[in-house]
Amino acid sequence: MKEGHNSHKHDFEGSKLGMWMFLFTELLLFAGLFLLYSAFRSKYSQEFHSASAELDRMIGTVNTLVLLTSSLTMALSINAIKSGRKQASLLFQCLTVSFGLVFLVNKYFEWGAKINHGIYPNAPELLQRGKGDTMYYGLYYLLTGIHGLHVFGGIILITIMMILTLKNSINREDYVRLENSGLYWHLVDVVWVYLFPVFYLIR
Amino acid sequence: MNNNAKSSGRTAIYIATWICLLALTALTVTVAGMNLGKYGALTSVLIASVKASLILLFFMHLKYETLLLKAMLLGTIATIAVIIGLTFFDVGIRY
Repeated sequence: MKEGHNSHKHDFEGSKLGMWMFLFTELLLFAGLFLLYSAFRSKYSQEFHSASAELDRMIGTVNTLVLLTSSLTMALSINAIKSGRKQASLLFQCLTVSFGLVFLVNKYFEWGAKINHGIYPNAPELLQRGKGDTMYYGLYYLLTGIHGLHVFGGIILITIMMILTLKNSINREDYVRLENSGLYWHLVDVVWVYLFPVFYLIR
Repeated sequence: MNNNAKSSGRTAIYIATWICLLALTALTVTVAGMNLGKYGALTSVLIASVKASLILLFFMHLKYETLLLKAMLLGTIATIAVIIGLTFFDVGIRY
């Protein structure tokens, strides 16, 4: 058991490094999409300006606060397991998942309202408005959609971590899987920190 | 006991980080309402970068990580900066 513990220690460093390398590829993925956005923004600045005024700043701000708070509860859940407080860790993981769900429900209503107004990819009403608006909303659905998928993935991941914590497979000695899930969750938060001003605030 | 003190110290850091993030969100929304024109975009991205740095440094513990990891992240950010910079040399001239 003691030997196993020691070899685990080396694994912790390795698996954290591996997780970060995966996160770098995620950063490059989103950076590419942001680049696409800014290139088209400079081409269709007038259209992007007026289209972004149609987004609901309120719902964007609420979702920002929800996601930032979920990052806090995620960090607190790791802190709790490090000092052996299993129940507290489970509670914080559960809160993180709940905030993630709130974020997705808000997104559902936001997208729903836009789709009801006839604004969705390839919608006749949107195509009539011209290339600039089509590009803006195409990028809006693409970026917030891929980000939403990441939130959904994070929710599944943390739910699995909750089960593992419940089974004591994640404990105060061995919590690197929870830590890596946390890194993933925080990165999804970092991406939203940029998505929020880019789509909702910059006009 | 020592472990407990460490743990509550970390909790305090996390909560302070969170409060800063909320304050910066309020700031960026307020600034966006002032319609600064071209500078508005720049300010928004700058504030977002401060928020992202706070998340990376404290929530993701980058502050306490090895030099290797920090260098790798800087390398990634530099790569992104080069790609974006070079694209805008082109886009900026053409449009």
